[in-house]
Amino acid sequence: MELICPAGTPAAFREAVDAGANAVYCGFRDETNARNFPGLNFSRDELREAIAYARRHGTQTFVALNTFMRAGDEEIWYRAAADAVALKADALILADFGLMAHVAEHYPQQRLHVSVQASASNVDAINFLVDAFHAKRVVLPRTLTIADIARIAPQIRCEIEVFVFGGLCVMAEGRCSLSSYATGKSPNMNGVCSPASHVRYRQEGKELVSELGDYTINRFPAGEAAGYPTLCKGRFDIADSPAYAFEDPVSLDVMSEIDALSAAGVSALKIEGRQRGKAYVAEVVSTLKKALSASPAQRTALLTRLRGLSEGQKTTSGAYEKRWR
Amino acid sequence: MSHHGTSPSLTMGPVYYLWDGPKWRDFHFRIADEAPVDRVVIGETVCSKRQHFIEPHLAEVIERLEAAGKTVVLSTLSLVTLERENRQIRELVADSEHMIEANDLSALGLLNGKPHDIGPLVNVYNAPTARLLASRGATRICLPPELPFTSVETIVADAPGIAFEVFAFGRMPLAISARCAHARSKGKIKDNCQFVCGDDPDGLPVKTLDRQSFLVLNGVQTVSHTCQALLGELVDLAACGVSALRLSPQDCDMVAIAGLYRAVLDGMLGADEAIVQLRDIYPAAPLSNGFHHAREGAAWVARARDIAHGGA
Amino acid sequence: MEFPRLLAFPLNYMPLPAIERATGMLFRRVLKKHPDLFERLGEHKTKRFAFLPSDLPLAFTVEPAALSIRVTRKPAIPSPVDASVEGPLFLLLSLLEGRCDADALFFSRDLSVTGDMEAMLAMRNALDGADIDLPRDLSTLAGPLAPFFGRVAQDIRRRALTDETSPWN
Repeated sequence: MELICPAGTPAAFREAVDAGANAVYCGFRDETNARNFPGLNFSRDELREAIAYARRHGTQTFVALNTFMRAGDEEIWYRAAADAVALKADALILADFGLMAHVAEHYPQQRLHVSVQASASNVDAINFLVDAFHAKRVVLPRTLTIADIARIAPQIRCEIEVFVFGGLCVMAEGRCSLSSYATGKSPNMNGVCSPASHVRYRQEGKELVSELGDYTINRFPAGEAAGYPTLCKGRFDIADSPAYAFEDPVSLDVMSEIDALSAAGVSALKIEGRQRGKAYVAEVVSTLKKALSASPAQRTALLTRLRGLSEGQKTTSGAYEKRWR
Repeated sequence: MSHHGTSPSLTMGPVYYLWDGPKWRDFHFRIADEAPVDRVVIGETVCSKRQHFIEPHLAEVIERLEAAGKTVVLSTLSLVTLERENRQIRELVADSEHMIEANDLSALGLLNGKPHDIGPLVNVYNAPTARLLASRGATRICLPPELPFTSVETIVADAPGIAFEVFAFGRMPLAISARCAHARSKGKIKDNCQFVCGDDPDGLPVKTLDRQSFLVLNGVQTVSHTCQALLGELVDLAACGVSALRLSPQDCDMVAIAGLYRAVLDGMLGADEAIVQLRDIYPAAPLSNGFHHAREGAAWVARARDIAHGGA
Repeated sequence: MEFPRLLAFPLNYMPLPAIERATGMLFRRVLKKHPDLFERLGEHKTKRFAFLPSDLPLAFTVEPAALSIRVTRKPAIPSPVDASVEGPLFLLLSLLEGRCDADALFFSRDLSVTGDMEAMLAMRNALDGADIDLPRDLSTLAGPLAPFFGRVAQDIRRRALTDETSPWN
């Protein structure tokens, strides 16, 4: 199976290549991709250099153009696609039907991958994208169990890529407006979720309060590690009992299941984290690369060490396991 | 065809919440008999486990609605992951004599070449996407609630020949998950949920730790605490060529809600007065229209002033 | 890991202009090696950022657009700043070099960030993207304080990497 690795900066890109990534995915420094965070991503020149560097090392480059085109400003996305094609990206990762149609029509030779943001969660949905846009690969949403994936794989006519490590969306990706409900900025439209521009921390007595927009997302008693106020990982009151209503502050780790994923028909394993630093990328990629070819016992040891990097150091296998639901 | 100059019609959206069979049936009977809506979208859209609650009443509801002259549209599930769910949509597409409203990509694929509608849970953010869907048979698209008016205007202008709807009343669908937060909050998981979401016909409130009303759980779906209320905006929506306004059922007098929107569209009632009356008919939720004005969705933008619903 | 008190102590007595001169020299040296450092800041380039090592008596204020760094004795900082980050010097330097996963530190209490979160996030991404390597970048530095900073940088690097409390957490 291929290892698909994130890069938010050229420095992280080189680390991922050096650590043995089969492909690195990245985006332009604008709203055309779903990690449109301040200080992140690639200029056209940076991408050109990155692709050249990757090619010298036998690594592929995937360019994510996975936000939804703003009505009337489609040209921004079309230009990004044209530039990525001209720079010889190995694949474009797309979510918007209009953009998929445009790429399929104008660059029929260009390899098209379906972003997780497109929310293709079943056989008929995936085959629709293969038929309509000649998609070569689909990144499955984090809503499926491994058994679901095994059932889907033989019925579709494209490759499957799944997330195995890093941040975890609790909601079906590409179908969530929680962030824009609270802040006006959303993953689909602006490429951001729970944006830093709307984050406030406030000390109240011994508690640290994290806020997003006008809303309290969490309160941390002294001594408890404070987390970033990602909306779906907040602590809320339901019927007067405070709890993590949607998901605890955990991250995804299903590397222990990679044999099962391989048997299910998965072609590529994806690491989340274009917003993470180069040190994180280097560590995660090199460890997972080793884990892929290690014996089960060695693999466990490698993965245990890696767990320290996870958000809150707690991990989950998420929807891949049925009981998570 | 052009919709300019004609007054938009009203569409009653599907009931997103789990109402028991008789409540669901009686609601639609009353809509059939009394509500000034042209189209009614029915069918379970949120969770396939709930299907059996309404199934026994589908035929009589369709019959009553059609007898009253309403166009009946069948809604598909918005998150399809199980084989059983796939099969159900395939059968619906193969057998249905009614128009189908697609709410996920599988339905979009299966409906290729047949006239169909697109629900607000499919991502249509721009005119090229709308035109692509139209080329495959879509004749009507209810745009996602997240869209600002500037986008609505542009899409309607740049995708002629498609009837567009805008989500004008109701708590806004914001997210859907494979996991059921509603069941979890009551100590259950999705596979063993005992239909606890049925206890909350208008959803289960999620408050912040500072007691601010924030979100509402509806099974695997999360909706806004605030209620979308596009009333002051109806003139602009009509002027830009929107064909219909969607009213999403809440647990309140939806006939009165429909009457209110109709009266404003017909120029019989001013928007400000309608807003006052709306608050009386559905006092459970503060009103919002922030998405329409390219603000945070929870915000309420009055014509002269604006107030965000940060407080409790 | 705390900055060794013995090393921090002289900073209480050293005249501020001397410290500022030395810091300015280091700052310009790093910028010469990484001329694009602040490009990633975009609209945040004109903002002012304070770096507050909790184990030093000093505050460092950076204004990227003016390519300036100012040093003050705490608690004084040239007001107003848009965003500030406070924590042990070794973590701040790890942040500078992208040697630790700032994402984890950034919003935990290891590093405390106040003010404009977005600006500071842009700053940390800019730093992370820049390949700064202090011992290497400063190795050719001349001047009376050069050996001191070179040694301190190395020492901090060694301690940070071997420290029991991993900077990941």
